[in-house]
Amino acid sequence: MKTFRKGGIHPAADKLTADAPITDVTPTSLIRLMLSQSIGAPAKCIVKPGDTVAPGQMIAEAAGFVSAPVHSPVAGTVKRIESVRNPKGLWQESVVIEIDSDASQQQPSHPRSEKEMNDLSPADIIKEVGEAGIVGLGGATFPTRVKLSVPDGKKADFILLNGAECEPFLTCDDALMRESPEEILKGTLLLMKATSAPKAIVGIEENKPQAIKAMRSAASAYPEISIVVLRKKYPQGSEKQLIEALTGRKVPPGALPIDVGAIVDNVATAFAVWEAIALRRPLTHRIVTVTGPSLTNGGNFRAPFGIPFSDLIEVAGGLPEDTGKVISGGPMMGQAAADLSAPTTKGTGGILILPESMSERKEAGPCIRCANCVSACPMGLEPYLLMLQAQNSLWADTKEHNAMACLECGCCSYICPAHRPLLDYIKLAKAHIRRDKL
Amino acid sequence: MSIIAISIIILGIIGILAAVVLFFVAKRFHVYENPNIALVEEILPGANCGACGYSGCHAFAETCAEASSLEGLSCPGAGQEGMQQIASLLGLVPGEVVRKTAIVACNGTCAHRKTFNHYDGVRSCAIEAAYYGGETPCVYGCLGCGDCVAVCPHDAIHIDEQTRIPVVDIEKCVGCGKCVAECPHDIIELAEISPDKPIVWVACRNHDKGALALKECDVACIGCGKCKRVCPSEAVDLSTFLAHIDPAKCIGCGKCVADCPRKSILYLGNLKTQESL
Repeated sequence: MKTFRKGGIHPAADKLTADAPITDVTPTSLIRLMLSQSIGAPAKCIVKPGDTVAPGQMIAEAAGFVSAPVHSPVAGTVKRIESVRNPKGLWQESVVIEIDSDASQQQPSHPRSEKEMNDLSPADIIKEVGEAGIVGLGGATFPTRVKLSVPDGKKADFILLNGAECEPFLTCDDALMRESPEEILKGTLLLMKATSAPKAIVGIEENKPQAIKAMRSAASAYPEISIVVLRKKYPQGSEKQLIEALTGRKVPPGALPIDVGAIVDNVATAFAVWEAIALRRPLTHRIVTVTGPSLTNGGNFRAPFGIPFSDLIEVAGGLPEDTGKVISGGPMMGQAAADLSAPTTKGTGGILILPESMSERKEAGPCIRCANCVSACPMGLEPYLLMLQAQNSLWADTKEHNAMACLECGCCSYICPAHRPLLDYIKLAKAHIRRDKL
Repeated sequence: MSIIAISIIILGIIGILAAVVLFFVAKRFHVYENPNIALVEEILPGANCGACGYSGCHAFAETCAEASSLEGLSCPGAGQEGMQQIASLLGLVPGEVVRKTAIVACNGTCAHRKTFNHYDGVRSCAIEAAYYGGETPCVYGCLGCGDCVAVCPHDAIHIDEQTRIPVVDIEKCVGCGKCVAECPHDIIELAEISPDKPIVWVACRNHDKGALALKECDVACIGCGKCKRVCPSEAVDLSTFLAHIDPAKCIGCGKCVADCPRKSILYLGNLKTQESL
């Protein structure tokens, strides 16, 4: 079974919601759509208070090359445009929409005929993907339109579909692959057409047997798409690691996947591309895994963007009494949410509720020079050294030791027997390097 | 002869030879250093804080010892008295020591700002600020982890146990500015201490619009502009919903302190009374 070579760890998978079907969640009264839901410039609002909006209507347009528009998932009225706290507790400009309970909340669906689909040129696909507001749904939220625009002189050999879902607890991609393999593969064909890539490989970790089975049987009709089972290892879902695992090619530091002929997209992104092109339905919903050891009714929910975290937790059985932390994302790369009234965004793939016993930080001890962090780092960095340099504000030295190559996967902090906050300091170093333009 | 005696004699001869060689080497490679440098350095506090503008106490002592006039050279740590000593040692006239102190432009104490989440990460303001907005609704204010305390070479700033806001001991603070550079939210600034004028400053860094700031902290500046209107010397600058007092223009009358509806303006020293204006 394939995997990447350097570093990586094997945390317990804890996929508690692995068998949960995808259930639809309807928001109650208000939804709040942040204008900045992707990497790049925040979208520019094009509605004003009092306007009525229909499901799928664009409410904010892209404001630059690396930017994605935002669409309303519901029918309703724009109440106001105000600052709303994001899960980090920072204010973000948002559009607040009051849901009209009388209006039809039917998602737009204007299917293209087979002939129309065949007539689409690669440029048309890329343009429509951009207009549908599609961003990388694996969590990085990079606008997919930009990724698909292959620069002159470069050639895409592969579309690599990320179904690894190596984060413990999260099962949103697993659920989607089980329930909609056909749509994901049709989306993949569109991605291949847009980039003129002759082949596509879907990488799925071994601990998702049902997803592998569903995807394999669907893929039998498409010889150009192969399904590859990967050995379970974190962080396999990281772009560079996945490219190495699936193709054996290594992305040099500072280079992009396209430099080695690969374009990596999440399975959920491929699904969104199929919806956008085949049904002319923009990206307004995603699957969110709400999970936790003490949660009574965790599951995989198809929820509109802009629904508060607290509503989703309520659907999943309410906040357990022993809650220590609510994490936006998975336990390895997610961030603790400061405010549960915060709305979800395109990047919210999971809400993890950890009991107090699991969320407490252990006291950090001195470094014993065991170098476990060095062996675990998938990028071949020296986390212990970077932490020491960051503690002494030696930012230029952290740059020299390639702090910017850090994926922030958290393997070093996970493996450290002295519980040293290695990643915290590396993140700090990266922030300083970016700020000081070292 | 015993082996002990032989050892002593041989080692003795080596010792004498080495001494002779070292004597000539020391003569040949002697570097003259102004003896005043060491004497001046003895008077300086030795904290290497950089308040004088030089990289450390030694560099400052070197400059003093070589200088023909002490104008513009001052060590706030040694104070006027110390500079007088240095001046008499060098036979010069001391320049005026400008005393500065750090002031904290946030008064968001536990009573004024409610915490709505708990931060259990690394006790470092820099790391907390890199992660998120902090434990309180105000994302501009003091985080209370004490990076300023850790960096202070003069033990002059401490976190108040009750309020969780740093308090500057102006007796100890020399105004070196290390805490100013360290604070990730830039809430510490330096102010000149002068005997005839109090320090008046807006103890807030909240740039949010008034309605938001109002909710975030009981003493947040909402940018209402009242201070700007009452100020007789046009010292108040209002930009992006936050007032700032220009210390060069401020005359220390204290009208803004009395009139601020949010009690965001603090002062140090005696405000001039209305009559004396």
